[in-house]
Amino acid sequence: MSTEEKQNLPTYQDSNSVEYPQNEIEVSNFIKKFYKSNVPIELIGSGSKRKIGKPLQCSKTLSLTKLNGIIEYLPEELYIKVKACTSIQQIEEELKKNKQQLAFEPIDFGYLFNGKSNCGTAAGQVACNISGSRRFKVGSVRDHVLGFRGVNGKGEIIKSGGNVVKNVTGYDLSKLVCGSYGTLIALTEITFKVLPAPEASKTLIIHDKKIEPATFLLEQAISSSNDISGAAFFPIEPKVPGCVMNIEKTFKLNDLKYGGSLTTIRIEGSKKSINLRIQNLIDELKIVNFDISILDTYQSEIFWNKVKSLEFFSSSKNNILRIVIPPSECVQLVYQLSNKFKYYLDWGGALMWMEAFELSEEMFESIRKKVVKHGGYVTMIKNSDYLPYVEDVFTINRGRFDISQNIKKSFDPKRILNPGKMYTGI
Amino acid sequence: MPKIDRKLISKKKDIIVDLKKIIKAENVLDHEDETRPFETDALSAYKQKPMVVIFPENTEEVSKILAYCNQQRIKVVPRGAGTGLSGGALPLADSILLCLGKFNKIIDIDYKNRCVVAQPGVTNLSITQAVQDKGFYYAPDPSSQIACSIGGNVAENSGGVHSLKYGTTTNNLFGVEIVLMDGTISRLGGKTFDSEGYDLLGLVTGSEGLLCVITEVTVKILKKPQTIKAALIGFSSIEDGGRCVSDIIASGIIPSGMEMMDKALIHATDNFVKAGYPRDAESMLIVELDGTKKEVEELIERVNNIAKKNKSSSIKISKNERQRLKFWAGRKAAFPACGDMAPDYYCMDGTIPRRKLAEVLKEIGRLSKKYNLPVANAFHAGDGNLHPLIMYDANEKNSLERTEKFGADILKYCVKVGGVLTGEHGVGVEKRELMCEMFNNNDIQQQIKIKKALDSSSLLNPGKVYPILRKCAEEGRVHVHRGKTKFANIPRF
Repeated sequence: MSTEEKQNLPTYQDSNSVEYPQNEIEVSNFIKKFYKSNVPIELIGSGSKRKIGKPLQCSKTLSLTKLNGIIEYLPEELYIKVKACTSIQQIEEELKKNKQQLAFEPIDFGYLFNGKSNCGTAAGQVACNISGSRRFKVGSVRDHVLGFRGVNGKGEIIKSGGNVVKNVTGYDLSKLVCGSYGTLIALTEITFKVLPAPEASKTLIIHDKKIEPATFLLEQAISSSNDISGAAFFPIEPKVPGCVMNIEKTFKLNDLKYGGSLTTIRIEGSKKSINLRIQNLIDELKIVNFDISILDTYQSEIFWNKVKSLEFFSSSKNNILRIVIPPSECVQLVYQLSNKFKYYLDWGGALMWMEAFELSEEMFESIRKKVVKHGGYVTMIKNSDYLPYVEDVFTINRGRFDISQNIKKSFDPKRILNPGKMYTGI
Repeated sequence: MPKIDRKLISKKKDIIVDLKKIIKAENVLDHEDETRPFETDALSAYKQKPMVVIFPENTEEVSKILAYCNQQRIKVVPRGAGTGLSGGALPLADSILLCLGKFNKIIDIDYKNRCVVAQPGVTNLSITQAVQDKGFYYAPDPSSQIACSIGGNVAENSGGVHSLKYGTTTNNLFGVEIVLMDGTISRLGGKTFDSEGYDLLGLVTGSEGLLCVITEVTVKILKKPQTIKAALIGFSSIEDGGRCVSDIIASGIIPSGMEMMDKALIHATDNFVKAGYPRDAESMLIVELDGTKKEVEELIERVNNIAKKNKSSSIKISKNERQRLKFWAGRKAAFPACGDMAPDYYCMDGTIPRRKLAEVLKEIGRLSKKYNLPVANAFHAGDGNLHPLIMYDANEKNSLERTEKFGADILKYCVKVGGVLTGEHGVGVEKRELMCEMFNNNDIQQQIKIKKALDSSSLLNPGKVYPILRKCAEEGRVHVHRGKTKFANIPRF
């Protein structure tokens, strides 16, 4: 079997050997060796997101877990430079000491894959570029990476960017590396932009609305000047066989006064200003007579942590899909999917998380067609026993595939870094 | 610049005939008098007339032209409004200058998805003007916003005075339509957040016209904040002003804009627009805060206290919108005001860590004496982006050369203290030879490989961004004869 055939096989594995380079030079030396001997390798960090993408069973695995630790943190310069596999937990704890944060809200897939919280590592977040509920306001992971160092598929150490926000020196490779699932480079160092953490947070919840009025309210809220930082909708319908509807169990909070679906809006900032903005919103959205709840900072933070960590699906053994679409399209799309799936909306309707029971590959492709028609894309985030493998995990079109293949070659000419993880042939 | 292809120029007549078959004859300019207005962009120290100037009218025409040029091995330089400050749209003698000036329509205003779809020749400001009646605006606001095109903004990843809080072009972009050098038309992004697969949209943003021609742009629009106020703060030393900037950020405040000017510029701009600046101050800050009324009041109070702690010599808070705009009028007129001080000025653009400000300004002062050229400093203090304006007289012998050396020394110092060569103006031709101050051979090789991945014959905007002097070494083909490197005195990396 040729190397290329092996690379395109989902279950190819010669042995189970894992290498643990201690530093960047060792990463480079390992990759140089694998480059010379044409050995495809899987790059891993803590493994919290390893199951996303096509399964890789390369003959060698390069674990970057030994590359961890904070290199430099300058709060007044608003950046933190870390080794690639520094845990997000460690970074967040350090930032908290100076009342700062990673504003993109690192995604927590721990509950989904293993039943307990795990945000993984800095490199894992960069490799996947999946961000939390604040996305529409502050950007995603890619908007918070100022620079990086890493090793390409020939074993060459390269860097891009720097430690400052305003930088247009050379191509912005940080963007390219974000969301590349380890197929371009083995990251060794990352510099993140950090921002002040808000002093307080409140969440306005409107109860028992159907999807149309709910998304209308979210759109109005985002389009207002109240500077909101979260806009999600948790429906109670449809009730889908094989999926557990568990809003109440998931969001058990003292101040959630009513039942039904939840249309939720987060406001963050100084204590005085958030009260005023909540009041403005209630007036502007004309919801004073609606059933509403307001969560204080403590409960608000718990609530959005649960949103970010997909606890809505935490007991699920089904397939989990992530759909990103223009917000104006989400109601139509939900109708077209004919109430066959459990879902919730984030980013004011621009992001839909979906749980599908007994999904077949044909059904998945039919969902993809509908999503693409609405100008969006869909990713298979979690497989199930029922559908353990799909050929096209990610969405792409021919034109972008061709460009991407050339980009891949420019970083990794022999396709030895995570070959096929994203797309067959990349 | 790259070696001129004389053979190609000798075929100019045939090329023009071919071009006129693809686009309307009136959109092909080839007479010297017609091409002269396009011989430079806003870095007017460099001039070169192109072989031909063309104005395609739609994406299909751009695609056909690029495919033709690719086949005929003709270099193409894309140009938006020509307001770039790094010579990114400087033509080559054997190139076709592809102007996007006829791409000047706003295609779609989509309030539901909070975005505007525009052709690349639309000016930055007209996007805001198109949506302001509904209370929206487009956040990145480079000083040239009245004239610069949105396509050019994407190519250069333009910033502006509000990028500290709202980011630069790359953070405010949903999608683009591009044409590759081989004529392939592709769409990157759309009206969604992020896109799947490699972030090609992020790659082409700021690629200075080297990877593709942009034929359509979709940008994010935001709702205008309820209240905006500005504080004008004077300091009796640069150090105090610099420390105040760091303290404001460290206290957890992210102003929507934070600008600093030194004494030379305070005087120049105040003479020019009578903005009411503190003329006795050594440095001055404009701190702009936005949000709800209550929030802005709170923040202004906090900024006021921080300024006092840093020994501010004067503080003025804008009482109304008219006064706020007046505060800005001086800053926005910084460049023309310098025009009043000297026959010519040269605007530099480096970014430094904020805490190094006083040190860098001191070094600039030292260099100013060394080169005997006066300098005034404008500084996007919030994000560390420094614009020293070097005054000179182009009629004086060697003065441009001295000015360029002075500028290069400033940028090298920016890199030395942990900053970068360019914050928002781009590398272009201006700073390409300085790239090796920041990047080593591997870094540059990787970038050149990406260029080749999208433009295999390097025909799109060649001679920009990457060093030319060392080109042979860059492309990995240095001929060493019997162990002796040719021209060993030329530094290679």
